[in-house]
Amino acid sequence: MGVNLRGFIVSRMVQLVVTMFIVSVVVFLILRLSGDPVMVVAPDFFSQEQIDQMRKFWGFDRPLGEQYITFITKAISGDFGTSYLKKLPAMEVVINRLGNTWLLAAASAAIGVTIAVPLGVLSALKRNSLIDLIITSLSSLGTAMPSFWLGLMLIIVFSVHLRMLPAFGALEPKALIMPSVTLGVGMAARLSRMTRSAMLEVLNQDYVRTARSKGLMHKTVVMRHALRNALIPIVTVFGLQLGWLLGGSVVVESVFSWPGLGRLMIDSISVRDNTVVQAGLLWIALSFILINYAIDVIYIILDPRIKFQ
Amino acid sequence: MTMDRQSSHLSKAESVAGRRADTAVLPARRSAPVRILQTLAQSPVGVAGSLIVTVVVILAFIGPVISPHDPQGRNIRGRFQPPGYADSVGSYVLGNDQLGRDILSRIIAGSRVSVLVGVVSVLISGTIGVIYGLISGFVGGIIDSVLMRIVDGLLAIPFIILVIAISGVVGAGLSTLILILGFTGWITYARVIRGEVLKVREMEYVIAAYALGQSRRKVMLIHILPNVVSSAIVLAAVQVGVTILAESSLSFLGLGVKPPTVTWGLMLSDGRQYINSAWWMTAFPGIAITITVLGVVFLGDWLRDFLDPNVRGRA
Repeated sequence: MGVNLRGFIVSRMVQLVVTMFIVSVVVFLILRLSGDPVMVVAPDFFSQEQIDQMRKFWGFDRPLGEQYITFITKAISGDFGTSYLKKLPAMEVVINRLGNTWLLAAASAAIGVTIAVPLGVLSALKRNSLIDLIITSLSSLGTAMPSFWLGLMLIIVFSVHLRMLPAFGALEPKALIMPSVTLGVGMAARLSRMTRSAMLEVLNQDYVRTARSKGLMHKTVVMRHALRNALIPIVTVFGLQLGWLLGGSVVVESVFSWPGLGRLMIDSISVRDNTVVQAGLLWIALSFILINYAIDVIYIILDPRIKFQ
Repeated sequence: MTMDRQSSHLSKAESVAGRRADTAVLPARRSAPVRILQTLAQSPVGVAGSLIVTVVVILAFIGPVISPHDPQGRNIRGRFQPPGYADSVGSYVLGNDQLGRDILSRIIAGSRVSVLVGVVSVLISGTIGVIYGLISGFVGGIIDSVLMRIVDGLLAIPFIILVIAISGVVGAGLSTLILILGFTGWITYARVIRGEVLKVREMEYVIAAYALGQSRRKVMLIHILPNVVSSAIVLAAVQVGVTILAESSLSFLGLGVKPPTVTWGLMLSDGRQYINSAWWMTAFPGIAITITVLGVVFLGDWLRDFLDPNVRGRA
C-alpha cells in the first residue's frame, strides 16, 4: 500500500509535468496567433529597419521551435521577460496580484461550500419535496445566471441604493464581500447539485440502511455514515469547479475593479502586454493543476478502495 | 474458434432480445417525433425548457417583425427613461438606454446573436470533439495517450480564460468569436466521448461485429459512433448554455462582438457605465441571458433523462 501510494504520487507527478509542458506550448502558440508580434507592438513611425532590429532583439526572427525552447528555458527559471507596460519583470507583476486572487478565490470557495453542502444534503434528504424543488430550482438559476451580471445587480442594490458596500477596489475589508458573494453563489449553485446527487447515491447504500436499522439517530446516520462518504465525489467536483472559479474571477474582478490576476490579464490582453499574459496563463494553469493533483492524493488517502491507475 | 462463434451467437441472441425488450417498453407503432413529444409532455422541466428555447429561437428569427421599435433607433428626448416611459414616439416597456434606444427591442435583437453563437459554435465544437474522442478511444495506445495529454493541458486553462486570451490576441468580431468558441469548446466533448467509446468498444455487439468480419472503420462508424451520439447531444445542450454565457462575458469585457451589432453582453457593458442612474439598462439584458440559459439547461436535463439509458425509467 505504502509503495503503491508512492508509485501513484510519482506517476501523477510525471503526468503533471507533461500537462504543464503542453500548457506551455499552448500558451506560447496562443500569443503567436496574431501573426507577427512585433508588428503589433511596433509604433507606426518605425522604419522597416527598426522593425527588423526589434524582431531580432526579441528573437522573433528565429524558427518557432527555437523560440519556444528559449521561452521555456527562461520560464522554468522564472524569467518571463519584462512587462513593457510596467517596466517590471512579468513574473513579479503577476505574483504581486496573485495574493488578491487567492484571497478572493478562498473567500468565494468558503461561501460556496457553506451554502452548497447543507442545502445539497437537505435537498437529498427531502427528495421530491417542496424544499427539494426550491433548492434545485435555485441551483439551476444560479448556474444559468452570468456571474458578472449578479455582481452588477449587487452593486445596484448595495452600493447605489443602500450605500452599504463599496462598488470597487480592495481598500477596505468590506470590499471583499460583494465579489466573493458573486462568485460564491455561482459556485454554490454548481456544488449543491453535485452534493445532492452524491448524497442520494450514498443514502441508498447498504451501510446506511444498516446504520439506520441498528437504531442510530438520524443525525448520526446522515453526518457520520452518509455525508462522509458523499464527500469524496463532492471534493472532486470542488476541485474541478475551481477552474470555473478562476475563470469567473477574471470577469468578476473586472466588474469590481478587484486588483487580482484576472483583472491584470484583461488589462494586459487589451494593451497586448504579452509577457504578462503568458506568465498569468501559466500561473493560472499551474495552480489549477496543483490543486487537482493535491485533491487526487487526498482522495486516495480518504478512500483506500480506490484503485491506483 | 468454436468459442468465438459461440460467443458471437450468444451476443447476437442477446442483442435481439435486448432490442425486443426496448421496443416492448415503448408503445408500439408510434413515430419517433410523437414519442419524443409524449415523453416531453410528462416532464415539467422539459416543457419549461423547450418553451423557453422555442420562444428565444422564434424571437431570433422574426425579431424585426414584432419588435416595437428599431433597436438602433434613437429618441433623444427619451434618453435614460425608466421602464414604462411613453412619449409621442411610442411607449417603452423596459425603458431606454443612454441614446434613447428601446431596451425591449434591443433585447429581442440580441437574441439573434445568442442563438447564432450558441448553435453554430456548438455544432463546430461538437463535431471536432466527437471525432477527436472517437479516434482517441477507438485507436487507443500511444495515440490515445498523446491526444488525452493534449486535452489535459488545454483543460488546465479555464475555458473562459482561454477564450479571452485567444480573442484578445486575434481580435474578435461576431464570426471570429463563433470560430474561437467553436475551436476551443471541443475539449469538453473529447474526454467524455472517449470515455463512452471505451465503454462501447467492449460491448458484445461490437465484438460480434468484428467476429462477423466487419472492418475496423465500419465498426467505428456503424456500431460505435451512433452509440456515443446521445452523450454528445446531452453535452451539446449544456455547452449551448456555456457558450451563450461566454459570449456575453466576452462582449461585456469588450473582447467579443463589437457595436453596432446588438448583443446582451454589450448591453450589459453599456449598463455598467450608467449603473448609478439607470438600473434597467443592466437588469433586463441579464434577465434575458438568465432565462435563455435556464431554458437550455432545463432542456439539457430533460434530454439527459430521455437519452441516457442508465437513467431512463429511474427518474
